Amino acid sequence: MTTLTRNATAAERTLGRPVRRRGQSDMKVALFFIAPAMIGFIVFYLVPTLRGIYLSFTEYSILGDPTWIGTANYEAIGKDPLFWNALAVTTQYVLINIVLQTALALGLALLMHRVAKSTLIRGTLLLPYLMANVIAALLWFWLLDYQIGIVNYFIDALGMPKVAFFGSEEWAIPTQALINTWRHMGYTALLIFAGLQAIPGHVYEVANLDGASPWQTFRKITMPLLRPVLALVLIVTIIGSFQVFDTVAVTTQGGPVNASRVLQFYIYQKAFTESDFGYGSALAVILFVILALVAFIQMKFLKGNESDLD
Amino acid sequence: MTTARVSAPALPATRRRPLNSRRAGAWVLVAVAVAVSVLPFYWVLRTALSTNGALASNATNLLPADFSLGAFQRVFGLQSPEEAVAQGGSGAQIDFWVYLRNSVLFASITTTGAVFFSAMAAYAFARLRWRGRNAVFSLFLATMMVPPIFTALPNFLLIKNLGLLNTMAGLVLPYIFMTPFAIFFLRQFFLNMSREVEEAAMLDGAKHLRIFFQIILPNAAAPLATLALLTFIGQWNEYFWPLLVGQDESVRVLTVGLGVFKSQSPQGAPDWSGLMAATLVSALPVLILFAAFGKKIVNSIGFSGIK
Repeated sequence: MTTLTRNATAAERTLGRPVRRRGQSDMKVALFFIAPAMIGFIVFYLVPTLRGIYLSFTEYSILGDPTWIGTANYEAIGKDPLFWNALAVTTQYVLINIVLQTALALGLALLMHRVAKSTLIRGTLLLPYLMANVIAALLWFWLLDYQIGIVNYFIDALGMPKVAFFGSEEWAIPTQALINTWRHMGYTALLIFAGLQAIPGHVYEVANLDGASPWQTFRKITMPLLRPVLALVLIVTIIGSFQVFDTVAVTTQGGPVNASRVLQFYIYQKAFTESDFGYGSALAVILFVILALVAFIQMKFLKGNESDLD
Repeated sequence: MTTARVSAPALPATRRRPLNSRRAGAWVLVAVAVAVSVLPFYWVLRTALSTNGALASNATNLLPADFSLGAFQRVFGLQSPEEAVAQGGSGAQIDFWVYLRNSVLFASITTTGAVFFSAMAAYAFARLRWRGRNAVFSLFLATMMVPPIFTALPNFLLIKNLGLLNTMAGLVLPYIFMTPFAIFFLRQFFLNMSREVEEAAMLDGAKHLRIFFQIILPNAAAPLATLALLTFIGQWNEYFWPLLVGQDESVRVLTVGLGVFKSQSPQGAPDWSGLMAATLVSALPVLILFAAFGKKIVNSIGFSGIK
């Protein structure tokens, strides 16, 4: 095998280009190199994906064997008020994140681009993103505490009523979204910043010569050229936000009542607290489908994979 | 000192311009963003060095309220239960040394395995020619789309059936063979490496294994380090999977330990200084890595945007 490949390479070198003909493949070597990753892929990605879909059509409580029940889980989910609540609550969370995070990050990226390009500042803004969700959650759980949290102290000092950030139904989800926005703002800004840096300077110089106002420049040049990056940021934000779990699990545990029982937390409860793996798997399939739809729509309509720069 | 006024911001901001009100305003906003990112961490430190009883009456004092290292002693199990309760702790036995060790093991083992095996696979995808290569690569990439919770349920069942619940093996197995992102990341670099040296080595009779170890890996040291760094931080912060399979004290990692510590807090008055000390201990390794390799991390963002 080695001799073969070696000769082939020698032949190619004399030809001056590394193109191989059919039949001279590195199949055996490739199999060796790819074997560990392939094992991981099959055992922990491929089979579980198929098994998850299968389980969603069964009733299974970990003990015993799964029993095939057709689409019964999905029918039950359709009539499950807690599922619809979870979907609504998660959607609310995603929407707040999209608007707040994208707007703040875009502003921050423009600021970095104009005045503050230093790596130190960029690094500092990235710090929250490097922290675990659990840490971000606990940190804000303390800062936003109703009794002695610093934020409520200031709210009180300003003469406004204190806010039960984690304890009230109307604030539970916005609070979770704010924590997530805090953690991701710098990261998202850096992604957009990288996109801004990629826009060649001469484009701006031309606009400047033509007497375009800053707002015109931003709307007619920056935004269109930034579209692929914004599309990417949007999809990363949406897909990430739909899978919110850690901060909820550590702070509100889905409460008060059902106010923060987001999809993934509901799946977790169904599968692991109530040992209803079939139902939990069906919920997971639905989450999977939602995320796939989001990705599909992004690719299809936002043309996120094409750039106007080319 | 007049500059082009209105049109100035439209220029690429490469040269220095004198400070005008517009730029000053921009700097103020940047300063606010930096403060919002950093000040919470100071408040965590300040709280961790305070005594619970003094927190309420010194809500805004920038310095620790009634300075004490008690919270850290409590977190590392160095306080007697009576002492802990007296300082506002729950009195439950908590030992963050064990969690710290588990987190280090979990993050190091998975990072080493995933980076090495992913590098092998990336080599096969980038430098070898074989039938079905692109199809298999697309399949690997497609797994990035599958939400982790979706595979976590069946994976939990698998680990349970293997009898590996609450073992380090059960914790690391799903991560150790590869991550789709790592393969994607390294393949990009391997594709762009020059073939010259590799081909010369082949003429000398070097086999693929030697080429991989002596040419590819050393030449990719920088991207490998960046990837290892990002993977390590990601694994250090992992919560969901360890929560499922590593509840037992002996394999509990820091993130899970933090959650347990929080839920142990007495309902009336939580052990804030203890909780913040624990949070700080959990964040410290990442803070150190960040201080040492911050530039590497920041510069990788443009590329790793896919993640």
